[in-house]
Amino acid sequence: MSALAAAPELEEWHLDLHAQGARGDEAVAHLHGLLLRAARFEVFRRRGSLPQLSAVELDELAQDAADDAAVSVLRRLEDFRGESSFRTWAYKFALLEAAVKVRRRAWRDREVTLEPEHWENLAHAGPGPDDDAESGALLEAVREGIRTALTPRQRQVLVATVLEGVPIDVLAERLGSNRNALYKMLHDARRRLREHVAEAGFPEVNE
Amino acid sequence: MTGRDLDPTLKRLLGSNEPEIGCDECFAQLDRYVELELAGAPADELVPGLRAHLVGCPACAEEHESLRALLELESVS
Repeated sequence: MSALAAAPELEEWHLDLHAQGARGDEAVAHLHGLLLRAARFEVFRRRGSLPQLSAVELDELAQDAADDAAVSVLRRLEDFRGESSFRTWAYKFALLEAAVKVRRRAWRDREVTLEPEHWENLAHAGPGPDDDAESGALLEAVREGIRTALTPRQRQVLVATVLEGVPIDVLAERLGSNRNALYKMLHDARRRLREHVAEAGFPEVNE
Repeated sequence: MTGRDLDPTLKRLLGSNEPEIGCDECFAQLDRYVELELAGAPADELVPGLRAHLVGCPACAEEHESLRALLELESVS
């Protein structure tokens, strides 16, 4: 049951998405309208990362996102279990498609540096003049952990996403992977790094 | 270090050992979670591991913020 209990009659239209003929077509058109609204909302929110695009180009991006989201929603209708309103459930597909398209477009012409030595950028996160030796030792333990406790791919994903700020979807596209798999790798890398740092004398990072 | 906040970059590198779900499960639960939040229900208790994921995953966090913002906008318009 949806926590934002919508009036049942407002939600029933989505059942027609299964229908053949004019009823089905009408429901799909209604769905597309909702998805376009959400996609435009997301593109507008993130437009600052795409200053080179005109209003028309931004709207084309939203249209593409809505089209792709409609395909996803129609393919996954059976997954909808009524734990939210159908509208909310459908919106998340459009927001995801739009967000991914915006991130990928923003990074389209940017190089993603995957060279392992770039984790030396961590030096910028190091202790300032007012910090003490303990902070420096922690930083060194982290550096050492990145160097020795991670697999090359774990190091690559951790450095790119955390230190280089590469969005996970963009990295997934460049590496021929997907967000879920890369996040799992990032999660495992963080766990190994925490274990290393804890063993190096900073158990609080693993508490 | 004890009792002191870690540098934000170190925090993002180290993450947390709080149990968390992955991106696919986050997407599957996001609509329910946001509606629970907006209804004032204990979303973190009812959907365990999602909040920790949002802390660790900027992309999912952006999509969570957007879904919440869109529903909030619609509730006042």
